[in-house]
Amino acid sequence: MFNSALVQGYGAPLFAAQYFVLNYSIIRLFNSLFLMQIKTMAQFAAEDQAPEILFWVGCAGSFDDRAQKVTRAFAEILTAVGISFAVLGDEEACTGDPARRAGNEFLFQMTALQNIQTLNMYDVKKMVTACPHCFNTIKNEYPALGGNYDIVHHTQLLQQLIDDGRVKMTDGGTFKGQRITYHDSCYLGRANGIYAAPRAVLESLDGQLVEMKRSKTNGLCCGAGGAQMWKEDEPGEKRINVERIEEALATGAEVIAVNCPFCLTMMTDGVSGKEKQDSVMVYDLSELIVKQMQR
Amino acid sequence: MRTRRAPVTFGGMVQSIIFSLVAFVALGSAFLRFRRVYSNIQLGKAEPVEGPVAERWKNMLLVAFGQKKMFNRMVPAVLHFVLYAAFVFTQIELIEIFIDGVFGVHRFFATRLGGFYNFVIGTIEVLSLLAFVATVIFLVRRNLLFIPRFHKAEMTRWPKLDANLILIFEVVLLLCIFTMNGTDEVLQSIAPAYYPETNLAVSAWLGPAIFGGLGEGPLRVLERIGWWGHIAMVFVFLNYLPISKHLHILLAFPNTWFARLRPKGELGNMPEIMYEVKSMMGIEDPAAPPPNPNAELPAFGANDVFDMSRVELLGAFSCTECGRCTAVCPANITGKALSPRKIVMDVRDRAEEVGEKLRSGNPEFAKDQQQPLSATNFDDGRSLWDFITREEIHACTTCNACVEACPVLINPLEMIMQLRRHEILTEAAGPQDWLPLFNSIENQQRAWSVGTSRTAWAE
Repeated sequence: MFNSALVQGYGAPLFAAQYFVLNYSIIRLFNSLFLMQIKTMAQFAAEDQAPEILFWVGCAGSFDDRAQKVTRAFAEILTAVGISFAVLGDEEACTGDPARRAGNEFLFQMTALQNIQTLNMYDVKKMVTACPHCFNTIKNEYPALGGNYDIVHHTQLLQQLIDDGRVKMTDGGTFKGQRITYHDSCYLGRANGIYAAPRAVLESLDGQLVEMKRSKTNGLCCGAGGAQMWKEDEPGEKRINVERIEEALATGAEVIAVNCPFCLTMMTDGVSGKEKQDSVMVYDLSELIVKQMQR
Repeated sequence: MRTRRAPVTFGGMVQSIIFSLVAFVALGSAFLRFRRVYSNIQLGKAEPVEGPVAERWKNMLLVAFGQKKMFNRMVPAVLHFVLYAAFVFTQIELIEIFIDGVFGVHRFFATRLGGFYNFVIGTIEVLSLLAFVATVIFLVRRNLLFIPRFHKAEMTRWPKLDANLILIFEVVLLLCIFTMNGTDEVLQSIAPAYYPETNLAVSAWLGPAIFGGLGEGPLRVLERIGWWGHIAMVFVFLNYLPISKHLHILLAFPNTWFARLRPKGELGNMPEIMYEVKSMMGIEDPAAPPPNPNAELPAFGANDVFDMSRVELLGAFSCTECGRCTAVCPANITGKALSPRKIVMDVRDRAEEVGEKLRSGNPEFAKDQQQPLSATNFDDGRSLWDFITREEIHACTTCNACVEACPVLINPLEMIMQLRRHEILTEAAGPQDWLPLFNSIENQQRAWSVGTSRTAWAE
């Protein structure tokens, strides 16, 4: 109710409302975190119990300030719907995606095999992650190394929770009158062919979903994949995230929805580069759900 | 009508001898050229065919035969499909051309098949007419309209000429077909004994309209020019294909069949490294080969065609340089040096260079001069790095847009990854920026070197 009054009332200086809404939801998040018990696999094992699902947080979700908020938002959703989940905590290691794509197979094998040992030790079967790079590596590349898990990306789980009626939206008009554009990450999209689930999630919101010119199989990369996140661009005319953000802004969207912590960084940087950070916000899907879900 | 046979004349006998000789030479030389392509592809490493074979046939049927991926862009798709259908269907006509040529007869099937003959050749004529229109539009698109993917840096003289040559060949071929059929239609009323009656969809009206006023002599000459021109273009085309980008008309079929079936996101595992790391970590793997302390330090990845998979080399020879990959590459779009099409073209160029040098038998190219030159005893002091710069492969975001875009399922990303693996694993080189990433993963098991706990977000 509070949200909708703000968003509807402000109209043009929408940014102010959005900042407020964001801060408000962060406070809410912190409040719920006090009530939220984040348990590790080790804690479950010590109690001789097993969680329903392992939440693979990933390096970005663990250490990047902005991506941590996504981790909190997703954990809040899991807690709200009553899914018992665990994290690996400090037993989690990088999946090896950037190492492998940089060409460093030794390092990939070391870190991947270490993870597989840990996961197999806890007899992990079901996993969920908010990072499409972790998702792709665990789903497609760990089996050849002896790691077989039933892993879904958080957008898939969110769609399922919405379809099953476990996550219900308020009709408070949180995103009423707002355009939301969705940026396909390469590793959820082309790499794994998941285009429908994130869109179905966004359609459950009361905003208007608008597509960019290049979307789905033709989606343009944010520029961070293939370990580019960790290096300077090669010489060129333009940064890739600038090219992509221009396309996103051309849709007239106030919200850019992403499903990947790297896209989140690249798109946020792009928006800042265009000095649009006051009117256009970049959010992960789980953050958008948290804003409008009933609890 | 049905009982009359075309008489075999003296001229026909001379022609049949000349035709047989020309055909033998042309087909023989084409065979040798195609064998070179085959041996160039065999320079690569064999790769086991994995996954359900039915899926492979399905890919070939949909992607190569049905041109499924072309239809992402309607205009070129329809034009290309017309050319393709005309090309495939016209081959039926070659059966008669060969019989006529070898036995010195004229339109062997015309009297034998009657109405069905008119139907088949008429269909070819309609398709040919459409193909003619498509070819002219293609020439205009390529040379007059500014379509960016036809004008990238790698589209240097030969690739540009190659693209136009094939279209010009097509125009000449079609002109020959219509000259041959058109003059024939007119000659049927002048010399019905030799020219059996036909009623072809296009030439029945186009023939008399163009050639109607000519006498029998010039008509006969023109008819032969059309006939010989047609088959000559076919022979030229066959010999030209193996050195041209147009090899795709044949190799698209095996290439779509051999294309890997795994998800696009999955990079091929390197079992030799996996076993090494497993043994280091004390993980037992019954599939691991017994350790060999005398083994040479292996080279990883690929810096030359010998270390690329044959799947990649087949892909390189299947490439028709359409540039759909480059047009969607985020690095290329933003002005970086990387162009997936160039990588694929470079792999083919290098494979052709190596193949040429190996066939020359020149001991100068042998690694060990005492041993005969062979693929395993070869060193010309060059590698793929003489074609591809580091800057190009460092610009790749592994986004799979190029892989998705290829209408014949070539995988430029796999080629780039093999080069990256070689650079990092064999040369211990690569972008300096990646060192902190590698150190951080190795020492702290995380992609960023930060001191906090992994559960800091919940505290």
